[in-house]
Amino acid sequence: MTDTSLHRSLPNRLDNPFRSAVLSWESLLVLVALGIFILNSFASPYFLNAWSLSDLTFNFTEKALIALAMALLIISGEIDLSVAAIIALASTMMGLALQYGADTPVLVMVGIGVGIACGAFNGFLVTGLKLPSIVVTIGTMSLFRGIAFIVLGDQSFKGYPKSFAWLGQGYVYWVISFELVLFLLCAVIYWVLLHRTNFGRRIFAIGNNDVAARFSGVRVDRIKFILFCLTGLMSGLAAVLLTARLGSTRPSIAEGFELEAITMVVLGGVSILGGAGSILGVVLAAVIVGLVTFGLGLLNVPGIVMTIFTGSLLIVVIALPILFRMWRQRA
Amino acid sequence: MKLLKILATTTAVAVLLAAPAYAQTRIALVVKSLGNGFFDAANKGAQEAAAELGDVEVIYTGPTAATAEAQIEVVNSLIAQQVDAIAISANDPDALVPALQKAMERGIKVISWDSGVAPEGRQLHLNPSDIGLIGETIIKLAADYLPEGGDVAILSAASTATNQNAWIEAAKAVIPEKFPNINLVSVVYGDDDSVKSTDEAKGLIASYPDLKAIIAPTTVGVVAAAQVVTDQGLIGKINVTGLALPSEFKQFIDNGASQAVALWNPIDLGYAAVMLANDLVEGGEAAPGATLSMGRMGELTLDDTNSGAMAPPFTFDKSNIEEFSKIY
Repeated sequence: MTDTSLHRSLPNRLDNPFRSAVLSWESLLVLVALGIFILNSFASPYFLNAWSLSDLTFNFTEKALIALAMALLIISGEIDLSVAAIIALASTMMGLALQYGADTPVLVMVGIGVGIACGAFNGFLVTGLKLPSIVVTIGTMSLFRGIAFIVLGDQSFKGYPKSFAWLGQGYVYWVISFELVLFLLCAVIYWVLLHRTNFGRRIFAIGNNDVAARFSGVRVDRIKFILFCLTGLMSGLAAVLLTARLGSTRPSIAEGFELEAITMVVLGGVSILGGAGSILGVVLAAVIVGLVTFGLGLLNVPGIVMTIFTGSLLIVVIALPILFRMWRQRA
Repeated sequence: MKLLKILATTTAVAVLLAAPAYAQTRIALVVKSLGNGFFDAANKGAQEAAAELGDVEVIYTGPTAATAEAQIEVVNSLIAQQVDAIAISANDPDALVPALQKAMERGIKVISWDSGVAPEGRQLHLNPSDIGLIGETIIKLAADYLPEGGDVAILSAASTATNQNAWIEAAKAVIPEKFPNINLVSVVYGDDDSVKSTDEAKGLIASYPDLKAIIAPTTVGVVAAAQVVTDQGLIGKINVTGLALPSEFKQFIDNGASQAVALWNPIDLGYAAVMLANDLVEGGEAAPGATLSMGRMGELTLDDTNSGAMAPPFTFDKSNIEEFSKIY
């Protein structure tokens, strides 16, 4: 054993690391998730069942996939409101490809390809033409879905092959769905990307002060462009999964998904002003949203009450730490 | 581990406590979206059916937003609750299919009503009415108040609307047999647009001075025509009728511009849906040609797509418009 009095190293943060971990946003979310899990188990006899818990994951995986990329985009100080419309357009293009006899691998490539193209278009308008992302993506939200409506009208595409349906309905092992496995895999990739690479550090730098980042040699526009493409890619991926799960495409597909994905990001502790946040928080928030909606669904709580509940949860979870800080400063 | 134990015990207790309540048949009435008077009325009928059957509990549920995705979440939670039957008015005929197939695989009876699901996603579909019954009803609504017969005209929605055209064809087919003294002089199209419907109604009145009735099998057109008749002081001379929402149309029954209109009765529809679902739970078979019980609504005969029609549209006149205008 070494003599600690001689080797006292300078801590890299002044807080006690254990204490800061306990007080962190993520641990608060873990507590909330556990609390809801226990409440659910008390409230409904049908909750603690492997198949129920498996069905529960389908409530959030597609939106959560988008939330992963959206988190990076919001940390960098931008936003993309067109993600649900990208799903609609990507799904429509997959349907068109199907009409020309495309098989599963081609369908997946079309979905992801359209997603990336839409993201690149958003990225070009924001970084190339220097337009505010909220304005650009409100515009492309109507544009992308509009194209889907022009192609489909009140019709639908259906008849996707069985191997394609597996992507959205299949199970890898027992009750573990392919969607869940893919989400966990992507979560790990995004965690590494944001928290363990230079690219990730630069995203934080841009979000905190993009002028300073630019003067420090960070290629701000290029990184933002890549982030828009990533968000498009994840939307394309979500389009593949959702289309496979529904087994059909309609232009109204995924309506309202953008706000649910953004809710997960904000609930996950990502600052809506940019510069702060973590992937772990976003993943936990996705699980919480899934637990809440499924738990209330089991009790047949009307959807109206459910949205009130999710909204209140969002406000409470965001307000609590701020109130706590105010209370400590006064004490 | 301790946590798991606590969870397991509480669940066991909850199951025990809940068990007696769940001994009965549970039928979920899933609607397109909650907060809609039409579906609340359907629930009223569903509860009536449950009370009549005795050992049936009706779970009235649906999403806030009328989307297929939100409805799938509702279906998933019903599957987890192991309900006995799901009776759904679907937001999308195709997107609900995989979720409902999963329900059927797990032994849940699935029927659709009002707004149907593709045949592979349900065991049977209950239509509120059918083309022939609607075609006959809209002519009958006019003929009932024209004992001597006379000229009538139809104000439709878009000329491309499949359902409208089918009803009009059926109406034309029924006139020679059953209403020989009714003379259909014209069919015009108002595109379900108030302004265009108003202009078309004015055109009909100008072109056919002996016109006795305007039949509008569309909720937009019927209001526009009744407004024109009211504005031009033709109440008592021209009777406006067709398919109308009681809440929108009440004023024209009250002022006499219309004697009677018709539409599906959501109470009967909810009632019949629960009766049919219960019939399936109790071992009824849904197959082409089969007949199933709808309680006081009679029997439903299934066609080769396993769907059937409940009844002719329900007529609203001075005697009941007040009551139904509060519902939908």
